[in-house]
Amino acid sequence: MKTRLSPVGDMVLFAAFTGAVLTMPIWLAPVGAGYPDLLQKFAIYGLFATGFNILFGLTGYLSFGHAAFLGVGSYTAVWSFKLLGMNPIPAVLLAIVVSGIFALLIGYVSLRRSGIYFSILTLAFAQMCYNLAYSVLTPITNGETGLRVLETDPRIFDSTTRAEGPLISKLFGFDMTGYPGFYFCAVLLIIGFFVAQRIARSPFGTMLKAVKSNQNRMTYTGLNPRPYTLAAFVISGMYAGLAGALLCITDPLAGAERMQWTASGEVVLMTILGGAGTLLGPILGAGLIKYFENIFSAFNEHTLSSIFSFLPDFLKELAVAISSLFVGEGWQLTLGVLFMLIVIFLPGGIMEGLARIGKLFRRIGRGSDKSHATAPAE
Amino acid sequence: MEILKVSGVNKSFGGLRALNNVDFSVEQGTVHAIIGPNGAGKSTFLNCMIGRLVPDTGTVMFGDISLTGMKPYEINQVGVSRVFQTPEIFGDLTLLENVMIPTMAKRDGQFALHAFRRLDQDKEIRDRALHMLEDVGLAEKKDMHSGSLSRGDKRRLELAMCLSQEPKLLLLDEPTAGMSRADTNNTIDLLKRIGDRGITKVIIEHDMHVVFSLADKVTVLAQGTIIAEGKPADIKGDPRVQEAYLGGAHL
Repeated sequence: MKTRLSPVGDMVLFAAFTGAVLTMPIWLAPVGAGYPDLLQKFAIYGLFATGFNILFGLTGYLSFGHAAFLGVGSYTAVWSFKLLGMNPIPAVLLAIVVSGIFALLIGYVSLRRSGIYFSILTLAFAQMCYNLAYSVLTPITNGETGLRVLETDPRIFDSTTRAEGPLISKLFGFDMTGYPGFYFCAVLLIIGFFVAQRIARSPFGTMLKAVKSNQNRMTYTGLNPRPYTLAAFVISGMYAGLAGALLCITDPLAGAERMQWTASGEVVLMTILGGAGTLLGPILGAGLIKYFENIFSAFNEHTLSSIFSFLPDFLKELAVAISSLFVGEGWQLTLGVLFMLIVIFLPGGIMEGLARIGKLFRRIGRGSDKSHATAPAE
Repeated sequence: MEILKVSGVNKSFGGLRALNNVDFSVEQGTVHAIIGPNGAGKSTFLNCMIGRLVPDTGTVMFGDISLTGMKPYEINQVGVSRVFQTPEIFGDLTLLENVMIPTMAKRDGQFALHAFRRLDQDKEIRDRALHMLEDVGLAEKKDMHSGSLSRGDKRRLELAMCLSQEPKLLLLDEPTAGMSRADTNNTIDLLKRIGDRGITKVIIEHDMHVVFSLADKVTVLAQGTIIAEGKPADIKGDPRVQEAYLGGAHL
């Protein structure tokens, strides 16, 4: 049985979340993730997965095409840099609006079907977007090379600034690289989390859960499920567009590969790994996957042999030979194994695991209380 | 006054004539039972009234509104609720949420984007839903997940959900199917109690005990045609009904 948090509980959760996100550079340093590039990725993909969860976690509609919105957001952001200047705020706002319009169109068509047909429709749309971006739409997307900001672009509001080296987006005089870049994304993640939390507790969010639970009863209750699912689809598309724009903040380059189906699949993995339908789960899942991608892929035989250096030589070589399959190029193998284990043993993802651990501790706590209470009677 | 008037409804599935020129009307404030042997077309008939199926010909009038061609959620919005053969509830949600959803649907219409309000702060909806749960005797289970209820309790919850919308007409499709005798009697009591609110009810039922303890009027359907209509006592003795429905056995 899920516990529903009271308003106070929600505020505590939000405050704790805000604190945890802002102090990430400190508490993630010991595991080797305390550098801004990776932290920024955590925040961006956390937003992507949070938005995806509003659709998948609440309504149960599994979209396999959310990368399309990520790509649309990126292209919009780069165009905003090119035309309006390097300020990230108009880029972010425009990306949200444009990807929202895209989501409205794709969602309107795809949501005529549910289940696997819906998934296939969204996948087809995303692949169409990908191929269009690669070929026909080259004037807008710059095809294979990817869209980038050039010195010669109009940049109406800051065309006078001439940067040394590559152009970087700027806000209030801060270059959006390193920690300023991370904190910009972190603030947006916190806002995104707040919005998702409000939606989950709202009448609208409850209706989305009703869609997942029983659409038949919903129609016979005088509710039309379509506008609800469409609204959820558009909102999650906007989140994806926002994430796409943020990907361009530090590196103002948008390529078609961002729309590929693997990227759509990744956000599904993140959400399920963390726990679909929970608020924190998708963010944890996104963090875990990006951590694996960056840290495990950087391991090589040398680091492995230093880890296993306590073993006798022949055992060490064996251990290195086996474990090297799972790191470096093979990091996805580790991820695959982890994903399978979680889906089989913890269908509710990391959040279910945490809840079980919490319950275990409470039971142990209660158990010891009971033994104290009964002690005098003996 | 007639609240529901069905005239000349035909419905075929391929070569099978499921409903054959059915004329049917329900008086306001009464309990009207539809009985008939298996395959008589009872469920098809109900589905035609509620918008799940569209009749091939004929009209369904609810007061002066034509229900033919309307979508199920539109039909609900004008005041027709339906209880299903197997209780249709929101199994992943708590009992309280289950009742709050129809209460909100009644107040806010078929779609409302209240994405920034808190549901648990909406006192009006919460109080009405709680009151409704008390009415059917499920108040102490309000925070349970409705999926884990017994079948009898699920039926009560579904009734509470329908009643919270204050419908003018309630359609019940075998409300006691698959229930124990005790649960059946509880459901009959509950239905009798809500009869006091002036809600007109149409009941499809197999269980004669239920029909004769609730209905004011009974319509007998066999092979898509109405073969008899009248007070329960008259229907009991009607030889045509016994022939069609009970295969000639005495009741």
